[in-house]
Amino acid sequence: MATPAAEQHDHGLVDPELPFLTTKFEWLVQWARRSAIWPAQFGLACCAIEMMAMAASRYDIARFGAEVFRGSPRQSDLMIVAGRLSRKMAPAMRRVYDQMPDPKWVISMGACASVGGVFDNYAIVQGVDQVVPVDVFVPGCPPRPESLIYGIVQLQQKIERSRA
Amino acid sequence: MESAAIIEILRSAVPGAAYDVGHSVDMPTIYVPAEHLVATCGVLRDLPALQFNVLVEVTAADYLPREPRYEVVYHLLSVPKRQRLRVKVRVGANGSVPTVQGIWRGAGWPEREVWDMFGIEFDNHGDLRRLLMPEDWEGHPARKDYPVQIRKAAQTYEPLEVSEAEFRANIERDRLKRTN
Amino acid sequence: MTVNMGPQHPSTHGVLRLVLELDGEFIQSVMPTIGYLHTGIEKTAEQKKWQQVVPLVERMDYLAAQSNSLAYVLAVEKLLGLTMPKRVDDIRVLLAELQRLASHLIWLGTHAMEIGAVSMLFYAVRERELLLNINELIAGFRFFPSYFRVGGLREDLPRGFHESVNAFLDRFPGKIDEFEGLLTKNDIFRRRTEGVGTLTLEDAFQWGLVGPIARACGSDYDVRKYFPYCGYESYDFKIPTATEGDVYARYRVRVAEMRESVKICRQAIQRISPTGAWACDDTRVVPPPKDKVYTEMEALIQHFLIYSQGFTVPAGDAYVPVEGPRGEHGCYIVSDGSNRPWRVKMRAPSFMAIQALPSIVKGGLIADVVAVIGSNDVVMGDCDR
Repeated sequence: MATPAAEQHDHGLVDPELPFLTTKFEWLVQWARRSAIWPAQFGLACCAIEMMAMAASRYDIARFGAEVFRGSPRQSDLMIVAGRLSRKMAPAMRRVYDQMPDPKWVISMGACASVGGVFDNYAIVQGVDQVVPVDVFVPGCPPRPESLIYGIVQLQQKIERSRA
Repeated sequence: MESAAIIEILRSAVPGAAYDVGHSVDMPTIYVPAEHLVATCGVLRDLPALQFNVLVEVTAADYLPREPRYEVVYHLLSVPKRQRLRVKVRVGANGSVPTVQGIWRGAGWPEREVWDMFGIEFDNHGDLRRLLMPEDWEGHPARKDYPVQIRKAAQTYEPLEVSEAEFRANIERDRLKRTN
Repeated sequence: MTVNMGPQHPSTHGVLRLVLELDGEFIQSVMPTIGYLHTGIEKTAEQKKWQQVVPLVERMDYLAAQSNSLAYVLAVEKLLGLTMPKRVDDIRVLLAELQRLASHLIWLGTHAMEIGAVSMLFYAVRERELLLNINELIAGFRFFPSYFRVGGLREDLPRGFHESVNAFLDRFPGKIDEFEGLLTKNDIFRRRTEGVGTLTLEDAFQWGLVGPIARACGSDYDVRKYFPYCGYESYDFKIPTATEGDVYARYRVRVAEMRESVKICRQAIQRISPTGAWACDDTRVVPPPKDKVYTEMEALIQHFLIYSQGFTVPAGDAYVPVEGPRGEHGCYIVSDGSNRPWRVKMRAPSFMAIQALPSIVKGGLIADVVAVIGSNDVVMGDCDR
């Protein structure tokens, strides 16, 4: 996914004609962003419990930088959509996504969030990428906490690869 | 207690109602006509021999090719008598059933859900609107002629609940309040 | 003042929307809106064969998955007229009680976390990880093992099952004591929960709440004692009750229930032999063992028919209640004689609990709303299905 266009301006501190300094600075900025991703709580269903288990002491996600799960979307960078998205919830989810400040990423956790999962029916949106742009899909029903940690690590590597 | 015994008690308490024994493998089942439902439920709850004080569930089933089309099913529980009962009401496609909210308060939402899912009206309910589906949904999903899968784009916005004129008036009023 | 506790809020009970009308901090009215997790499981189940509905039904109340599937499986077996061997009943009792412990642990962790004791969540989830290990041992899957099937269990118990369950049961009562030591006499916890959200027994029955909520109001109704299933009448356990009917009473009732569950599990694990019968004898429903499938023709045909067409269930309807962690879980199924259900309806105790919420919190403070929702132990997956 291309980085949002809003981020391709210079940071006002470095001369963009000097590629070495820009690259180094960009690397620093992306390092800071990926090492401290703070998720917004968006647990919908069963996957939310696995997300809680991931945040708990056994599969501690704080070691990967996600120190706190912010209650408010305005203070978070990552939205982990954990669980099945029903049609009634879709507008609310879009609103939460719009409230997050840039840069923001979305992980779609579980089969229901990625493609609708077991529930191919009138009530479930078949994939949250119909509502928000998704960076990483994590399959499973629910995914083991290790899978979700792997997904977050993949996201961190994606942030490292992309431009600030 | 067997269904027949319960019907005997009910017949003496609610004259004129035509009850039927239902066939079942797990608990006594009786069919009650819709017009006598409220009287019957009052008797079921209050009579000392019966004392069905808990309404466990209200649900419905759609037997589409058959007339009448729906059966509304009430599961009752009597805690003092350790007894369960299933009450069924046959309803046609455009029929309605009186509400039993006055007898068991917990019937409000289950009846709303039955309306939401099946479209069966409950007289005098007072609050029959969408419960599980979005407010502006059309159709009643649990009916047999409603498709399981629908291909519809997800709605990602909610319609504005105030008109533009109202919105401007609200902002103006707040501004005046702040500056005066 | 109108405040919206929107569908996304930092409480893990799921997506529940409450519109609160406030007068200062006092609540005039609450209007709950549910349906944000409505999944149409009941309609989807009408398209699947009888055995395929088990994983669907498990995902309704995702914290007490196996009590959901137990209710469904018992209802289908009632219609089929099957009786299970005693070993299957004992294993079902054991797993159902372990599931009750797992659900109560999450309840305790989230409830205490919302009241303010944040570290309780970590302690509770740590113990729950051991229970999920046991789930993983029997079925390879932490959450939704789908281990209960119509006709018995999926397969026999694995090696090492008895050791891990006994190790857990030896360790767990000490942990309950730790949790009680943190909360039961804790002044802050008591002041936030005593006298809050009081409910009388009459009201509880009027709203259809029969479970830990009614037991905290003084009733001793428990499906395991009143309408026993799976051989519960042969186990020795008490039903804890309280009389005040407030949030603190519900807390005490559930913690005492955890202790009783440990007692039941100990009795159950002693009765279960490491190997033995894991399904009933009915060959229409239970697939034959794989070595016979590869060598005998009848077994091959039977295996093929079961997995391609499924079995048929005689026409009729059945409702079997089980005592779930939240109250009475029951599955009402209607069959028309074919290999697919005609109607599957799960009775959801959380549905009734949220319906009763406006009357419980009226006149209280905003902070009490969170405590009451936590003590009612609502799970939105159960409520919305």
